[in-house]
Amino acid sequence: MTKKFTELAYTKMDDFVYGSCPNPVTTKSGMVIGGGLVYPEINFTLPGMDINDETMPKAATIYANIIEGVLKRAAELYAPGVLVEFETLPDFTEHPKYGIEANKILLEGMKEAADKYGLKTAIRTTPNDLREFSRPPVMRGGKYWETMLELYEQCAKDGSDFLSIESTGGKEIHDSALVKADIRLAIFALGILGVNDMEFLWNHLVALSDSNSCFAAGDSACGFANTAMILAEKGFIPHVFAAVIRVAAVPRALVAFEQGAVGPSKDCAYEGPYLKAITGMPISMEGKSAAGAHLSPCGNIAAAVADAWSNESIQQVKLLSDMAPVVGMEQLIYDIRLMNAATEKGQQVMFRDLLVQSDSPLDVQAYVLRPDVVMRISSELVKTQDNFLRTKIAAKLTVEELKKAIAEGKVKSDKRDLKWLDKMEKGIDSIPDDPDKFYQEMKAVLDMDKFIPSEYGL
Amino acid sequence: MATLQDVSQCVLEGDLDGIKDLVQDLINEGVDPILIINEGLIGGMNIVAPLFKSGEMFVPEVMESADTMNEGMKLVKPLITDEDVPSKGKIIIGTVNGDLHDIGKNLLVMMLESRGYTVIDLGVDVKEEAFTKAVIEHQPNIVGMSSLLTTTMMKIESTIKQLIADGVRDQVKIIVGGAPVTQEFADDVGADGYSDDASTAVELCDRMMEEQCKLQELGV
Repeated sequence: MTKKFTELAYTKMDDFVYGSCPNPVTTKSGMVIGGGLVYPEINFTLPGMDINDETMPKAATIYANIIEGVLKRAAELYAPGVLVEFETLPDFTEHPKYGIEANKILLEGMKEAADKYGLKTAIRTTPNDLREFSRPPVMRGGKYWETMLELYEQCAKDGSDFLSIESTGGKEIHDSALVKADIRLAIFALGILGVNDMEFLWNHLVALSDSNSCFAAGDSACGFANTAMILAEKGFIPHVFAAVIRVAAVPRALVAFEQGAVGPSKDCAYEGPYLKAITGMPISMEGKSAAGAHLSPCGNIAAAVADAWSNESIQQVKLLSDMAPVVGMEQLIYDIRLMNAATEKGQQVMFRDLLVQSDSPLDVQAYVLRPDVVMRISSELVKTQDNFLRTKIAAKLTVEELKKAIAEGKVKSDKRDLKWLDKMEKGIDSIPDDPDKFYQEMKAVLDMDKFIPSEYGL
Repeated sequence: MATLQDVSQCVLEGDLDGIKDLVQDLINEGVDPILIINEGLIGGMNIVAPLFKSGEMFVPEVMESADTMNEGMKLVKPLITDEDVPSKGKIIIGTVNGDLHDIGKNLLVMMLESRGYTVIDLGVDVKEEAFTKAVIEHQPNIVGMSSLLTTTMMKIESTIKQLIADGVRDQVKIIVGGAPVTQEFADDVGADGYSDDASTAVELCDRMMEEQCKLQELGV
């Protein structure tokens, strides 16, 4: 039984703020995410090294050192709680025993921190989606699917609070759409392939979470919209194209919540504000304090309605002050201290608006994260339950919002932006409302060697 | 009457519909096919490259130009032997063992091809031995490897070791790239060159090929 989102979770703009949401989630340790406070979400990765039976003891030691270091610093800085994300490396998912071992080490470190400092923690386990290791990707079975589920299940049984993924269904087609800035192909990849895969995938993940006392948290369009953002940052594709892809990725991510995910959605899902507006569930976000992992044009605005605030990832390397994950922990805690202090002083809306105003006039990708833009577009998306149609509508409305904002001088734009917006508008308008009809149209241009239609229920 | 400059302009504008007529006109007029390729089609891409580098063109526009060039090539290639098709050099490229990230690699392939290189794309998750096999089979000038993860970047080193063990390392120049890869890492693992994006990687290949040409001229 899937959930339907037929209306927005908010009726007043002033309620759409960071730190709280209508449907908060309470972790095993008692952290209430979306219950008023913003929590830091710390993520980390190994330094450059091979992963195999011989090196795994070293990797295990590194993870033990990381978790000890970051939680010690969190306690020293009086963090109200810490969400830890264990985002696996491909070897950890391909060989679940490695991933399970590393996850256990983190759980043990969290328990020790609770005993030693009284620190509340929770862990989000995020196996990476290996299904694309098969080319063309095999999405609904096979060894990569099996090992991924094995890792999920055991980590859930071992005590993980949340399960997430950055799923890749449709990415094999979307990558081409990005480098060609082909909006029709992108909408096909997101609205048909992505949506179909999310239904299949999250149906399984929610069932697995429910049977293991774990929360299905949410997905991310990292491989889609974040790739677009990075390509735009490098000047490879137009910023307006990346901005439209960001919002067009919302319906795909929403499927996880329709299937039963409860949040917090993934940190790198910059589409999170839309998910929060529609579902009322908590979101994690990343921005300025994730600059060690990647650059972005929306470092402040990303925090505007966040419930957890993340650093995305950082290698365990030594910086002048301390190891990089410890540095990341400290940065996140000072960020959330300021946000939570503003809440305590009744200045939450003002602080949200400062985060928004400091970024949104400077880049179209930041502009589409404005709470007012999010609410306007989201209010149209909930009028239909067809996620393909929602994808098309999301793209169309974003083009309209950006055209208007550029015309009114509300956001900086490149002299070529209007040309690209016109081009996208023409492409979107040529897409039929019926997904089957669209698929038939697209067959003429799709590289059928790149994907297997039956793996997407086509 | 069409000119070579018209062909270049057509490539620059990515005018896929217009290129066929222009190239066919030049062929009908008896213009040397090699000239059409070098000064018309590749000539157009030579204008595109600096515009892309300076941020005046986006990748999709470069791709349209490359597609336009290739459309023109289809008409000219049957008129010359394979050996006569100009190539700036042969490059083998792949994402290393255990890594699936390929957008950057694909961009580089596209840019290299559009600059006149012959590129053999080995794809993603390319095992060490597969690089050796490809070097033996294709005899490239340059081998390119990419990695996006801190754990898979070590496969660059193991691939270079494999090439050494198989006795083919000295036949090629090796370039490396990817988010966690640095010049220092490239030096440590014995690569010949590093670049931090697809655009500068093309320039790196150009420099390496120029160097090779100079050495050949000197009989080294």
